Amino acid sequence: MAAKRKTPVKTRNPDLIRGVGKYSRSKMYHKRGLWAIKAKHGGVFPRHDPKPKAPVDPEKAPKFYPAEDVKKPLLNKRKPKPTKLRASITPGTVLILLAGRFMGKRVVFLKQLTSGLLLVTGPFKINGVPLRRVNQSYVIATSTKVDISGVNVEKFDDKYFAKEVEKKKKKGEGEFFEAEKEDKKTLPDEKKEDQKAVDASLIKSIEGVVDLKAYLAARFSLKSGMKPHELVF
Amino acid sequence: PFKRYVEIGRVALVNYGKDYGKLVVIVDVVDQNRALVDAPDMVRGQMNFKRLTLTDITIDIPRVPKKKTLIEAMEKADVKNKWENSSWGRKLIVQKRRAALTDFDRFKLMLAKIKVGLLH
Repeated sequence: MAAKRKTPVKTRNPDLIRGVGKYSRSKMYHKRGLWAIKAKHGGVFPRHDPKPKAPVDPEKAPKFYPAEDVKKPLLNKRKPKPTKLRASITPGTVLILLAGRFMGKRVVFLKQLTSGLLLVTGPFKINGVPLRRVNQSYVIATSTKVDISGVNVEKFDDKYFAKEVEKKKKKGEGEFFEAEKEDKKTLPDEKKEDQKAVDASLIKSIEGVVDLKAYLAARFSLKSGMKPHELVF
Repeated sequence: PFKRYVEIGRVALVNYGKDYGKLVVIVDVVDQNRALVDAPDMVRGQMNFKRLTLTDITIDIPRVPKKKTLIEAMEKADVKNKWENSSWGRKLIVQKRRAALTDFDRFKLMLAKIKVGLLH
């Protein structure tokens, strides 16, 4: 490979119009200094012969190949972009959940995880919603914001919420008809501590605003006469 | 039978179109259906009478006044305050405020209504 320049060359031959350069071939020869290169190498341009290659064994035909030529699928180099967060959703926003077990609950938004899901908490003591992931599409963002500065959410990511892998149990013949009931899985204490830590400072800032605690404890529902397209959230 | 007349200087409320909800002054009559209409914050233009609802307020202006004269006359007659203190004007203000309530505001309103109800 020829030696690379440290700074890329801006063209020595600016365009007068597209397709026509300012300088002629002979002028460009002079500008590029090809005469100096020639002079340095005694009137001849330096030649770079290809290096002699080490002898390579000829490739053997593979043992199995399909009877007719199989087309290879086209290469796909697509990298999906991270989910765009709606401008109305900022850390500390109160969200209304629209689906699932906690449908209608008003909940505080903490951060967006790398998978695109939103990390959200009740707080648990106020409305029973734990640290949970929620999809942006199933959420209405209100304009009410809670002060979230005292909360540290660095340690929560998608792996935190992954289901625990159960070890496979071998089916014994005698145990076939016994209902193998395990105890209902209780939350590990570590997660309960995490919940308390996150909620401690949140609840303090919530209690600083009048009626906000009762607001978060109540569920949202559409009443008669409410038109969602006309409501300001 | 009629109390509010179309006349030069009659203040009207626009009830249809781009300028919905604005107070405008009739500065001239074009023909049977249209009036030339002006307001301090808009370019003077024609409007069909069907787009206007007449109010009780009139101001004293010559036909097609300059913008400056119009604004002076509106200040003199105190159109803004008269409108905002009239029951019609107050109702519109309340409607606008209700439409702009956020979800939290509606919740606080509900609590306040319950509190008032408990007094009886």
